[in-house]
Amino acid sequence: MAVDQAVLQRRNRRVGMTMAGVVLAMLGLGYASVPLYRMFCQVTGFGGTTMRVSEAQAATVVSTNKDIRIRFDANVERGMPWQFKPVQAVDTVAVGVRDMAIYTAKNTSNHTITGTASFNVEPEQAGRYFSKIQCFCFTEQTLKPGEEVRMPVIYYVDPKILDDPDNKDVDEITLSYTFHVTAEEKATDAGAKALDRAGTGG
Amino acid sequence: MATTAPEAFQAHGDHHDHDHAHDHPGFFARWFMSTNHKDIGTMYLIFAIVAGIIGGAISGMMRIELAEPGIQYLGTFASMLGEKNPSFDQSLHLWNVLITAHGLIMVFFMVMPAMIGGFGNWFVPLMIGAPDMAFPRMNNISFWLTVAGFISLMISPFVPGGTGNGAGTGWTVYAPLSTSGSAGPAVDFAIFSLHLSGAGSILGATNFITTIFNMRAPGMTLHKMPLFVWSVLVTAFLLLLALPVLAAAITMLITDRNFGTTFFDPSGGGDPVLYQHLFWFFGHPEVYIMILPGFGIISQIVSTFSKKPVFGYLGMAYAMVAIGVVGFIVWAHHMYTTGMSVNTKMYFTAATMVIAVPTGIKIFSWIATMWGGSLSFKSPMVWSIGQIFLFTVGGVTGVVLANGGVDDVLHDTYYVVAHFHYVLSMGAVFALFAGFYYWFPKMSGRMHSEFLAHLHFWVFFAGVNVLFFPMHFLGLQGMPRRYPDYAEAYAHWNHVASAWGYSIMAAGMLIFFVNIIYSLLAGKKAADNYWGEGATTLEWTLSSPPPFHQFETLPVIDDKAHH
Repeated sequence: MAVDQAVLQRRNRRVGMTMAGVVLAMLGLGYASVPLYRMFCQVTGFGGTTMRVSEAQAATVVSTNKDIRIRFDANVERGMPWQFKPVQAVDTVAVGVRDMAIYTAKNTSNHTITGTASFNVEPEQAGRYFSKIQCFCFTEQTLKPGEEVRMPVIYYVDPKILDDPDNKDVDEITLSYTFHVTAEEKATDAGAKALDRAGTGG
Repeated sequence: MATTAPEAFQAHGDHHDHDHAHDHPGFFARWFMSTNHKDIGTMYLIFAIVAGIIGGAISGMMRIELAEPGIQYLGTFASMLGEKNPSFDQSLHLWNVLITAHGLIMVFFMVMPAMIGGFGNWFVPLMIGAPDMAFPRMNNISFWLTVAGFISLMISPFVPGGTGNGAGTGWTVYAPLSTSGSAGPAVDFAIFSLHLSGAGSILGATNFITTIFNMRAPGMTLHKMPLFVWSVLVTAFLLLLALPVLAAAITMLITDRNFGTTFFDPSGGGDPVLYQHLFWFFGHPEVYIMILPGFGIISQIVSTFSKKPVFGYLGMAYAMVAIGVVGFIVWAHHMYTTGMSVNTKMYFTAATMVIAVPTGIKIFSWIATMWGGSLSFKSPMVWSIGQIFLFTVGGVTGVVLANGGVDDVLHDTYYVVAHFHYVLSMGAVFALFAGFYYWFPKMSGRMHSEFLAHLHFWVFFAGVNVLFFPMHFLGLQGMPRRYPDYAEAYAHWNHVASAWGYSIMAAGMLIFFVNIIYSLLAGKKAADNYWGEGATTLEWTLSSPPPFHQFETLPVIDDKAHH
């Protein structure tokens, strides 16, 4: 037929290359979704992600006289030899009023361990209103054998929660922390986590 | 690719029977280094049948274990697979391995290779009047990558995967079960198998898109293409957009497992739910990837045996496009129970239900095609009508499950299992059998037995319904999926599904294999157009089987549209 062979070849190559570009773009999007998802969670409080606020922002909050209970929860990764607990199990605070909660962590092993905490809020839809001014999340904490530290969390519950229909039935929020052995530690002393990893498989 | 094309384009005058000596490479060269779309299509079909037998045998192992409450056979199966004195946990782990293998095999190595690799390769070039695919050698690579993927998956049950041998993660390979929860190389093999077959499918999709865009015969405009070609075009785009996201997600799994990254590990700031989002961003389009070519096949067949063009051709084509587009924005309906806000659930519920509209357009257009047509109930038509009915049943339960609130109750129950088996092992598989009986004589040159094909239909139809319909009841009663054991209350319907359903279905499959053997040994020679008047697409202008190279003179499609 009339289509020149060379022309067809060129057209085929062009379409083929375009499609390869689409594939690469989607592959890139797959990886880009990791930071995008994190940003999305931070902005919207999706999945119980709490909000970080500065002192200046916190100063503008108008307090209310409606009380809400805050329950504190502390966990360590399976096998991590730390004693980690909140000093107070429950606090009752007015919405919009700043409060400080203390957690304590103690290294019960005979070697130095560095840990990092991850955190979450339940119920999830309250996450975006749980504003932390100061906390110890994702900062490394190194404890020598037997050493104990007190770690403060300064937070308030944003009064906007009172206007959110999704949070109408929320009168208690749980703030939960989990300490993990950090990656460096695992690598250096084949620590608790690596051992446990094999164990959880079984 | 380029080197073979000039030869194919030489004008030889008549395009029939050009089996010249130079077209007859030796056995190894013809089948292992093939660049011929028909040979590659045949290999894909044989491969899919082999994989289907293995996947079907695995479901037999699962059904026999589920025939009664308690654990009866898993330990035996585990020792048969080389686990010496398996512990109870290892036996239970084998259950997870079986469900994982069944799912992965049927999705990636049975339905997809048969639909796209098999029928797509065979008939897309024939239907658009092209001599071959745009990149014939890439076509060969696609096939062998799929085979390599299958081999990788077949290795995984024989290497350690945590509790016992094999990858026991489910076909969804959710983290953290697939990362910190499964030590040992089995899961790596399973993931690598997805990499390989995914790469094969991406190359195949590129090939189809290029072929359909550039190599249509003169006069074959996009709006005159047969609907099967449309369906493969839409499917190829879905593959191209969805598979790389899966590739990214499972590569992250591999690095989380082996190289200390924490994409899905909260201890490093990752989130396992992100994996679910990535997986289902691929996974939902994937279900349309499996069914859309089936829709295309059904359209061809219903039109052929009604002896009239398909009703609402453009509506049919663009309904598939719409299904493809909307299919990308509904993924989280697989994740209603991961803790989403009411508004998010509301959106995904509504968006999911919207898909029922283009799907409804297709169902009603098939019925309208039959309406007032001169119907003949040959085997492909009977399979197609069966497909339309059963797919609609699966679609109805799909609309039920689309509701976020209802799904809170039904999530991960047998109701879901019933739903996706109605749309896949009936929707997709009935379309495959319909296509097989429609085109088998064209591909092989031998007529199958219509009697056996009808018998296959009725037995298989009864079997799959007895097998899967009770699963609706089990699900509504609360039986969770993915467990080898269940409470006494679920015993009755499980017994029905295992003892009756599976056996009848398997008997149906036996008839299928008898029919293939019969037709290859003693089948009548097939004429060029053995279905007669209604079969108007270009493959019917060629001999059965078609010449090794067809359309050396490109056919010209006149303005009188025929779809």
